[in-house]
Amino acid sequence: MASRPLTLYEKIWADHVVERRDDGTCLIYIDRHLVHEVTSPQAFSGLRANGRAVRRPDLTLAVPDHNLPTTARRDAAGAPLPIADPESAAQLDALQTNTRDFGIDYIDALAPEQGIVHVVGPEQGFTLPGTTLVCGDSHTSAHGALGALAFGIGTSEVEHVLATQTLLLGQSKTMEVRVDGALGFGISPKDVTLAIIGKIGAAGGTGYVLEYTGSIIREMSIEGRLTVSNMSIEGGARSGLIAPDATTFAYLKGRPMAPRGAAWDAAVAYWQTLPSDPGAVYDRVVTLDATDIAPQLTWGTSPEDVVAITGVVPDPESFADPAKRDAAHKSLAYMGLTPGTAMQDIGVDYVFIGSCTNSRIEDLRAAAAVANGRRVSDGVHALIVPGSGLVKRQAEAEGLDRIFLAAGFEWREPGCSMCLAMNPDKVPPGLRCASTSNRNFVGRQGPGARTHLVSPAMAAAAAVTGRLCDVRDLVTHPAEGDRV
Amino acid sequence: MQAVTRVSGTAYPWGQKNVDTDVIIPAHWLKTVTREGLGKGAFETVRAQAGNVFDDPRYAGAQILIAGDNFGCGSSREHAAWALADMGIIAVIAPSFSDIFSGNAFKNGIVAVVLPQDAIDRLLVVAQDQPITVDLETMTVTTPYQDRFPFELDAFRRQCLMEGLDEVGLTLARDTQISKYEAGVAEHRPWISGERAHAGIVVEGSGRT
Repeated sequence: MASRPLTLYEKIWADHVVERRDDGTCLIYIDRHLVHEVTSPQAFSGLRANGRAVRRPDLTLAVPDHNLPTTARRDAAGAPLPIADPESAAQLDALQTNTRDFGIDYIDALAPEQGIVHVVGPEQGFTLPGTTLVCGDSHTSAHGALGALAFGIGTSEVEHVLATQTLLLGQSKTMEVRVDGALGFGISPKDVTLAIIGKIGAAGGTGYVLEYTGSIIREMSIEGRLTVSNMSIEGGARSGLIAPDATTFAYLKGRPMAPRGAAWDAAVAYWQTLPSDPGAVYDRVVTLDATDIAPQLTWGTSPEDVVAITGVVPDPESFADPAKRDAAHKSLAYMGLTPGTAMQDIGVDYVFIGSCTNSRIEDLRAAAAVANGRRVSDGVHALIVPGSGLVKRQAEAEGLDRIFLAAGFEWREPGCSMCLAMNPDKVPPGLRCASTSNRNFVGRQGPGARTHLVSPAMAAAAAVTGRLCDVRDLVTHPAEGDRV
Repeated sequence: MQAVTRVSGTAYPWGQKNVDTDVIIPAHWLKTVTREGLGKGAFETVRAQAGNVFDDPRYAGAQILIAGDNFGCGSSREHAAWALADMGIIAVIAPSFSDIFSGNAFKNGIVAVVLPQDAIDRLLVVAQDQPITVDLETMTVTTPYQDRFPFELDAFRRQCLMEGLDEVGLTLARDTQISKYEAGVAEHRPWISGERAHAGIVVEGSGRT
């Protein structure tokens, strides 16, 4: 029987239907579950209260990241240092106890593999193409970069997955986001994803699963694709898929949790059937020609408030929608910005390079290429937080830490850090931060903190000039092999 | 979960667009291992401003919140729903909700009611001094001025809300179907379970060997 052409999303969905209900919703099997300390304690309490077990501890992996301080974790003699904040310590202890009690694999805070869940999953080969993957964190969309149907869930759903390894879901609509053209020098995947969100808006993807296609996406490394898929949720989409290809397979081969031998061959054969069929129909198609985009950054308090570094702070009165106009006035008051100011004239106090969006080795290389031989501007606090212990180790092997330290950056231990200011890494009230993270919400990086979302190279450029600046003015000759 | 069929009374006429979960409950409130007590952190940054809707005595104790487009965007933190529940909110009415938030809301007995912007605009005016009623039996939002706005709700979510059902318990009853599915995966995609390669991960200080 000839079947209609299917999208990547429809194929993964079809292979995970345990049961279809009369109302069209489906019980969907979950292949991979990542757990961290902040959104899981109440889920485990729920299991205990009802005498329930974890159905598939072997498909579950836990690692602390949100709460963990990024300062040294051992003293000079190598002994573990205590966590100062008692509430953070209690939450971290709870994760350890819960994973032990329920038999779940747990990467300890002191293990070299510890890191941000969304860095650790791909790095360990836990994330695989064609799987369903969930985590109690909205940036779970990142794993879509490897062709996994990955999305963030709430704690009740964490409990549901722990107990049943399934979720009851309605099928989403599909949106193709096609990015073609050729990226100019100094333009990174972060600029592409910010341009996409600026185009579709913060709610543009609500109800949709995105699939990123086009030559720009195909040419990106897995690290770059992770940045793009990661930000899908900032466009309102729970998931953002990228079809698995030779780049994906080369990235995964030999990773600790990836299949090996005959299982690897069988897996690749299956993964090769997953890309959307020619002629597959999406509910909506958005296209972006990335050829002429300049480095992108945000000016307001929603990730959709995107402008080119060559642009100016917009005038709220220029927005036709009254709600948007009102929101822009409030944003600018919060951000302490005046309409018409050139973005490049805005000074910064803090620079944060890290988060599940931009803390992988290529991000650190891009930042280091800008920082190399320069100094962090007087009065600027610049923080580099690698996404995992393994990223940190790799960066140190490449000498990136020495470049950063010589330039006056702080070189920290892995974690979510200043992206959401749950741990001691916060931007003080009223101060301004160029940040490689994913959210510029009011108070996100600390009460009263003002955030501009940028790429790693742009963040490094802001650090060394003390203002938001066009990285292309600093780095005119690309070093061989560097992605700036 | 507390069953809910109808909520009627004062509503916060807020109307704010793109309300993210960092605004509903800032991250420093998330260092808790329980679901309770988050109401005191709800809308902390909004409540720091004079004249905010949440501290306006006219709306004290409201169980309904009227908001703008894309309510609950951002982080997946269910703490946002717990915080709303803890401050007594039973229904949020908005033109659209983030997918993750609306799921979290329903699982905590909060009705996320989607109405078009013009209905929201009308409710924002009426709620200044009149009660609003959200009824899951009739699937309508009504006002004392004969306004009647019908809304839609997924049938299963509606049933769960009205009966206060335990969704985990319902799914556990489908164990046979889940086991059958797992047997199929073991045959066709054996690498999903794999050889438990993550046993090789170095685990320090966790008390496990």
